[in-house]
Amino acid sequence: MKIEDFSFDMDRREFVKKVLNGAIAGSLILVFPMDTVGVDSQMGISQSDLNLRLPEEIPGIKNNQYDIHRQKFAFVVDITRCIGCGSCCVADKREYNVPDGNYRTWVERYVKDFDDQIYVDCPNGGLDGYQKPRDDIQTGVRDTFFVPKLCNMCKEPPCVQVCPVGATFMTPDGFVLMDSQRCVGCAYCIQACPYSVRFLSPVTKTAEKCTWCYHRVRKGLLPACVEVCPTGARKFGSLNDENSEVYKILKGPGVLTVLKQSMGTLPALYYIGQRLEVV
Amino acid sequence: MNPNLYEAQSTLSHGASMLISNYVFPNDLHVHWSMMIVLYPYITGLVDGAFIIAALYYLFDVKSLKPVARFSLLFAFAFLCCATLPLLLHLGRPERNFNMLLTPSPSSAMAGFGYIYAISMGVLSFIVLFVYRPDLVERGKKSKGVMKLIYRALTFDSDDLSKKALELDTKIIRFLVGLGIPVAAVLHGYVGFIFGGVKANPTWSTPLMPVIFLFSACVSGISAIVLAYIVIRKLGSLSIDAACIKTCIKTLTGFFILAFSFEMLEVFSHSYLKTGYHHMVEGLLNGPLASSFWLWQVKICSVIPLILLGFMAFVKMRDSIYLPISTIVSAILLLQVFIMRWNVVIGGQLMSKSARGYTVFHPEWFDKEGILAVIIIMTIPFIILYVLGKIFPFWGDAIKGSISSKPVRKTGGN
Repeated sequence: MKIEDFSFDMDRREFVKKVLNGAIAGSLILVFPMDTVGVDSQMGISQSDLNLRLPEEIPGIKNNQYDIHRQKFAFVVDITRCIGCGSCCVADKREYNVPDGNYRTWVERYVKDFDDQIYVDCPNGGLDGYQKPRDDIQTGVRDTFFVPKLCNMCKEPPCVQVCPVGATFMTPDGFVLMDSQRCVGCAYCIQACPYSVRFLSPVTKTAEKCTWCYHRVRKGLLPACVEVCPTGARKFGSLNDENSEVYKILKGPGVLTVLKQSMGTLPALYYIGQRLEVV
Repeated sequence: MNPNLYEAQSTLSHGASMLISNYVFPNDLHVHWSMMIVLYPYITGLVDGAFIIAALYYLFDVKSLKPVARFSLLFAFAFLCCATLPLLLHLGRPERNFNMLLTPSPSSAMAGFGYIYAISMGVLSFIVLFVYRPDLVERGKKSKGVMKLIYRALTFDSDDLSKKALELDTKIIRFLVGLGIPVAAVLHGYVGFIFGGVKANPTWSTPLMPVIFLFSACVSGISAIVLAYIVIRKLGSLSIDAACIKTCIKTLTGFFILAFSFEMLEVFSHSYLKTGYHHMVEGLLNGPLASSFWLWQVKICSVIPLILLGFMAFVKMRDSIYLPISTIVSAILLLQVFIMRWNVVIGGQLMSKSARGYTVFHPEWFDKEGILAVIIIMTIPFIILYVLGKIFPFWGDAIKGSISSKPVRKTGGN
């Protein structure tokens, strides 16, 4: 067997020289940008350059003119897939720096015992994940499931109807958004929302809500909670894209439900596998 | 959990399984509309009720109400001046309050507030100025410098007190009061509609809400006038016109019967129709609100005054007995309306939209919407009233040289 000799002839001085040269060359990368294309002298990296680096998560939006009147989206929550890990809640809190004790989205835990009693809880909005089973249920547990909640993006939104200054509004592409510069903080929208997804921010003293990450969607990115969901329980996509999962679900034969249908709010948030007990 | 709530649950089959976990949506733990929103309809209610008394005299010629007619107007004016204070304290961004006037959203009931309030204030101010024109002219004649100018402005630069001019004044007053009735009704009915129009809250969402608010407003306002009239006259060692009080109490009785009937009708409808969230409403009234609704609002502050009012209506009694009972009834009814507002506004929010549980509300003392703020806001109208009393005399019998002054009977009516 031939044994190759890997010893290389370089003295210590030469080695230190090369390491130093490499370190200086490497540090220059930090000082000068790699290329000059798309560099804004003020901002560092230009918007167009940033767009080039973004992945295309919602097909058809990136590098295309966004026609706000033609875009249509849907959000589907598959209850049968949710494992209550709380990743979505953490992602949401980090995306918006949501003040403690207030929630743009949360995950509820439903426990059904053998007496058909339903126990629901949502400690800390599900942010910590459901790592331990409930220990306060005396009879045997028959079933457990998790229900993520977020803005229903109603097509007839009561929050928009009641806002006295038009601070909350509906975009032509179906998003119910807040203008925090205009909001007077009267909390009427909070009272009017049947799903309690709104809160008055203790920081800005204005109403806040889930936006389905509109700022991300406009760049072709998925909402933060959808992005991190490890089981695909949260699904989002364009209804103009016939290949999108939400399009197939909505146009398919499966059973879909919405929350509080009797309220007549016509939500754009659909649930798969929603149980009778879910309110 | 509240033991009463357990009792309430045990009577409900489906409701029991809904309520077992007492689950409240995470964003529902906090009560967003607290004491300031209790106070706001209470204040506008006082304004409306007081205005009704003035309207009965100036428009419907109920002569026996003359002793309190002017005072009612000033009372309504003083409270209307403070009606926006609780709202401003409540708003998260009060500096943007004018947005409601500048960029109102036409679909929102609340957007009408600024306009309705401004019209009410305008109409009431003009009524006060026309009613007091003769007094203001007299005062203007005696004053000098800037005060003279102010009096000229307040009297619309007319010192004409001829019979013809006063007749015109009366016509204008009648017109303004006639205009003021629907405006007052809208001002307060609209507050009821603010609640009644929230379909997400089953305790609020009823067309009865504006009606209940309107009648209870009349109850609180008339009670306030009766109580204030008796107390202020007693403090000033002035005589009390029993005939006037009797008319007030009769009016109060009518309005209170209507208000209480509608309040009970709403509860009865919920429990009979058993629609949607009836188990939650039932659990709310028998649980967290068991004491403030059934005990305080219904038993103590409604049934007792009803018995007393019935007693006053059917049993002939001397003025020396009638007047103290009137004072007590008025005080209890003032409390009743306040508790009713509390139970509607705060009580309605104790029920989570999860339909599975109730939150709690702890009033704070030093919060911007706290108890101290409530006390201060309720004190300000009385300070305004005191200052107004220096310029606009409350009672006809205290005015000297006024054409409309006639001494009231020294002893009570019949």
